[in-house]
Amino acid sequence: MKLLWQLFFSFFKVGMFTFGGGYAMIPLLQAELVDRRKWISESDLMDYFSVGQCTPGIIAVNVATFCGYKMKAKTGAVAATFGIIAPSMILIMLIASVLRNFWDNPYAAHAFAGIRIVVVALIAETLISFWKKGIRDKTGLGIFVVSFGLLMGLKVSPAVIVLLAVAFGVVLQKRRCK
Amino acid sequence: MIYVLLFWEFFKIGLLAIGGGLVTVPFLFNLSNKYGWFSHQELADMIAISESTPGPLGVNMATYAGFNTAGFGGGIIATIGLTLPSLVVIVWVSKMLFRFRDNCYVQTGFYAIRPAVVALILGASVQLFNLAVVNILTAVIGAAFFAAVHFIRLHPIVYILLGAVVGIVLKL
Repeated sequence: MKLLWQLFFSFFKVGMFTFGGGYAMIPLLQAELVDRRKWISESDLMDYFSVGQCTPGIIAVNVATFCGYKMKAKTGAVAATFGIIAPSMILIMLIASVLRNFWDNPYAAHAFAGIRIVVVALIAETLISFWKKGIRDKTGLGIFVVSFGLLMGLKVSPAVIVLLAVAFGVVLQKRRCK
Repeated sequence: MIYVLLFWEFFKIGLLAIGGGLVTVPFLFNLSNKYGWFSHQELADMIAISESTPGPLGVNMATYAGFNTAGFGGGIIATIGLTLPSLVVIVWVSKMLFRFRDNCYVQTGFYAIRPAVVALILGASVQLFNLAVVNILTAVIGAAFFAAVHFIRLHPIVYILLGAVVGIVLKL
């Protein structure tokens, strides 16, 4: 029962402080789940994120469900998922009902401009540690370069890029797994 | 009746929107045309508010759209509808994943996926960077925060709160 509350609150915290969509969430997940709670490893987080990217639903919710399931099967999955969506539900309905002009407030706009800069700094740091964990040899570097080219140059959808990487992995398996 | 409809429509979005928050936008335009629950202008406002409110974008939009359509109950029902497919699909996928985790094929699959994920995160960072760093002042603040994050490891929430304070003090 204690673990379920911990799951709920950890994800509540992540949901509460994620500004700017799924990717902005990664540094928070890393700090909360990997460094603080030690529930999952950095590689686990990358894997959940990649699977969450090409399975139905919101990536953030998918990652929460994954971690929750890993910790305490189905009840854990439900606790973590409710944790991540609860702040949104509360804040959005609060803003929509009583604080209709909240975002016209100049202080809110300034604060948000400051937060955006921090989010970039946090993601840059995450990127460094993911780079070390995720790209270990020339093949990995090649996959990285091609994926980045497809994403930025040809505007290929992230889900398709993950699936292409899986397809490439299947080709590699012929050599590696026997 | 409106609750059943909201649940069903957002359940479908949760099931079909693959790849994150902004993917839900075209589905919401479709809802706007089909039911007139909200206008295109309201939808544009919703996206703006969802982007600058904490939490996953897709969840924010579901709550906002549901609330706009049918009040508090609507906000809750729409969000649960959106989340339910993830919960069911991911629980199933996790079961498989944890069972075959050490299998060489699964391992090689993830070996290939990880560099692609690094590329995706870099792509998202570039976009966020372009939004956040717009002049010399913001570039200097960004560099200072990066140095702080890199050398002094505090919880990201501390830096996010600091960023809000800096934004207000310097009127960014």
